[in-house]
Amino acid sequence: MTKGRNMWDYVKLVVLGLVAILAAVAANYAHDLPYLVNMLVVMIAAMITFIWVLRRTDEVRLVDVSANYNDGVVRAGVIATAFWGVVGFLVGVVIAFQLAFPQLNFVWAEGILNFGRLRPLHTSAVIFAFGGNALIMSAFYIVQRTCATRLWGGNLGWFVFWGWQLMIVLAATSYVLGGTQGKEYAETVWYIDLWIVVVWVAFLAVFMGTLMTRKEPHIYVANWFLLSMIITVAMLHVVNNMAIPVSIFSSKSVSLFSGVQDAMTQWWYGHNAVGFFLTAGFLGMMYYFVPKQAERPVYSYKLSIIHFWALIFLYIWAGPHHLHYTALPDWAQTLGMVFSVMLWMPSWGGMINGLMTLSGAWDKLRTDPVIRMMVVSVGFYGMSTFEGPMMSIKSVNSLSHYTDWTIGHVHSGALGWNGMITFGALYFLTPRLWNRERLYSLSLVSWHFWLATIGIVLYASSMWVAGIMQGLMWREVDANGFLVNAFADTVAAMHPMYVVRALGGTLFLLGALIMCYNLWKTVTSVSEKSVAPAAVPAE
Amino acid sequence: MSAKQTNRKPGEVETTGHSWDGIEELNNPLPKWWLYIFYITIVFAIGYTILYPAWPMMTRATAGIWGYSSRAALEADMQRFNEQQQPMREKLMATPLDQVQNDPELLQFAKDAGAAVFRTNCAQCHGSGAGGVQAGGFPNLLDNDWLWGGTLDDIVYTVTHGIRNADDADARYSQMPAFGKDGLLTPEQIGAVVQYVMSLTNAATDPGLVEEGKQVFVENCAACHGEDGKGDRAQGAPNLTDAIWLYGGDQATLTNTVVNARFGVMPSWSLRGMSESDIRAVAVYVHGLGGGE
Repeated sequence: MTKGRNMWDYVKLVVLGLVAILAAVAANYAHDLPYLVNMLVVMIAAMITFIWVLRRTDEVRLVDVSANYNDGVVRAGVIATAFWGVVGFLVGVVIAFQLAFPQLNFVWAEGILNFGRLRPLHTSAVIFAFGGNALIMSAFYIVQRTCATRLWGGNLGWFVFWGWQLMIVLAATSYVLGGTQGKEYAETVWYIDLWIVVVWVAFLAVFMGTLMTRKEPHIYVANWFLLSMIITVAMLHVVNNMAIPVSIFSSKSVSLFSGVQDAMTQWWYGHNAVGFFLTAGFLGMMYYFVPKQAERPVYSYKLSIIHFWALIFLYIWAGPHHLHYTALPDWAQTLGMVFSVMLWMPSWGGMINGLMTLSGAWDKLRTDPVIRMMVVSVGFYGMSTFEGPMMSIKSVNSLSHYTDWTIGHVHSGALGWNGMITFGALYFLTPRLWNRERLYSLSLVSWHFWLATIGIVLYASSMWVAGIMQGLMWREVDANGFLVNAFADTVAAMHPMYVVRALGGTLFLLGALIMCYNLWKTVTSVSEKSVAPAAVPAE
Repeated sequence: MSAKQTNRKPGEVETTGHSWDGIEELNNPLPKWWLYIFYITIVFAIGYTILYPAWPMMTRATAGIWGYSSRAALEADMQRFNEQQQPMREKLMATPLDQVQNDPELLQFAKDAGAAVFRTNCAQCHGSGAGGVQAGGFPNLLDNDWLWGGTLDDIVYTVTHGIRNADDADARYSQMPAFGKDGLLTPEQIGAVVQYVMSLTNAATDPGLVEEGKQVFVENCAACHGEDGKGDRAQGAPNLTDAIWLYGGDQATLTNTVVNARFGVMPSWSLRGMSESDIRAVAVYVHGLGGGE
């Protein structure tokens, strides 16, 4: 056993050393700056890991942990989620102010910190860094608890965690230096895409392995959603990013698709990044954390089955609604629209199951701000999954498309649904993972709740007003059919709404900072739970 | 399976009997309203796909029994407005531009059409209020200071062919020498001529240099800007005496202009596909903004 582990450590050392050397060579031959910096990041990461493995080689490992849950990787995930959340929100606030006050695109930072470079940094940071870490860490937590078994694959879970962080750092450094594929929410260049595949397949293996070694007879509904997320995102990511690099030493590549096929593939991916990453995955979180926090049974098993299958069957076809009134053929637009309309109730199935699970526990809303957060989250989920099908209807879309209404819609989902359910999960997990009696301060949770809620309301309502006004101004024509407004007129008219949006985002960021403080104090100042933790798989 | 400690309340429906980490599931039926709305959306979807182009077949997609196509819908809209505008456009083409003001209805049409053309094509540089952007050297079109002439015909020519672009052989063209960069004048001479130019609008900061600057001006600048500095529209040489500045009249900007010269460009709108009636309309609009001659 020990000998085998030593051998394995030597293999790791050889691989890490080779990676570091190859990355240094690649950096030397780099054709462009993002590639150069990315390769240096890879080299440093490989060197750090090399030293870390080297120091542990031949070390005797006494503790047999195989009987416990692997909570270390979940703890790391909690920290990463909170950290990247704050980073992502901060960049969002910066670009919101840049839109309201363009002077903030400083000349000295041109080509690095201007809006065009920071915007993908913001979207990727909140979706893949904050949301991705939230999904990975809660998937690891939930699958262990609901399968009553330790995370499969030994340290593979840690590989997923650190691999994902490396991906985030690579993507961020590449974006600000101009490395991009130009595909929304899929800006990462080809070698980062390949790395994502490696990490994601490891994620799938850990998750599937744990499911297959489960000690419960059935698979809990949260795991259906999480597994559908992992599998579908893998498929979407691979297909949308098929490209041929112009050189092995360059970040540039050429997509296999062109023209409207490329657009259709991109939005098939883009919409299902929303559908599976931000909806199905987070529904998995909801299905675990809401019943646990409310201490109530899930409302309806039947509903969970029907809405799960309806959701994943219908979502995958809805992408064309991003391309209404474009070169996309009419038939594809029609199908994109009707599949989106049919998605309304399957989406709401999750909301009903979330809210009705609380029936009989509504009194907790008064006393438990964490439950309040989850309820508001499910409420925003319901609102944006109604708004989405509505906006996919072609006559509505002809007004809303390309306006800030879309931005408002996305953020009522992202801030309200994904953000709030993640905050709820973090508040749920931190005392349990660090074995504390309780959270440091419930009143700080209340502060976070209200700051975030008011921030979202300011954000969403200002963008509704701005977007609808913008759409109406764009299409306004006089009796002879002549346009009434110049584009710049619409920009000027939206300025006050842009300021309100930036303030809403600031409140949301402030709430997240309060959360970080609260979680920090929970770990450092709250006394340990006296009874031994139930962190042993039940038999 | 964990111990049977149910969260189910007395009188509630049965659970499914499963329990994961203490989470159970009630066996509630599907909410009726949920199910019926779901059915309605499915029926709507089927109906919609019968009416509109939808299902891909072997060679082409079903066309839908309403025969809708977004291209045809756009074309119908365009045609409706084109037909509606046709009589007035023909009238605008047939009427000499200086006569347009005698026909109030035609004048109104030309101004509305010209305003729309301006907002779509010109506002990006000249500003949506046509006030120009000095930082970019985009001239103000509201005043009566014209670089290449402010009559209706002058404006039509400028819009049709543009200024100093490489695409249109008939574009208006001239080139100020880069006196400093190309070594035509010494820095001292430039400093002096800048003072002289500023003195034309009573703004010299170093009056001692004005006399020397005038000498430099007469020898180097007067050929285009005129002995009196009032400019020459035939070559787009700006009037330097009216305190209206294309790029700015302060010492630093003027020095920059003399050292490096300027080369403002405007596209040829005829080559960019602007119709003749649109060009005539936008000329009437710009002419009517206040400075038309």
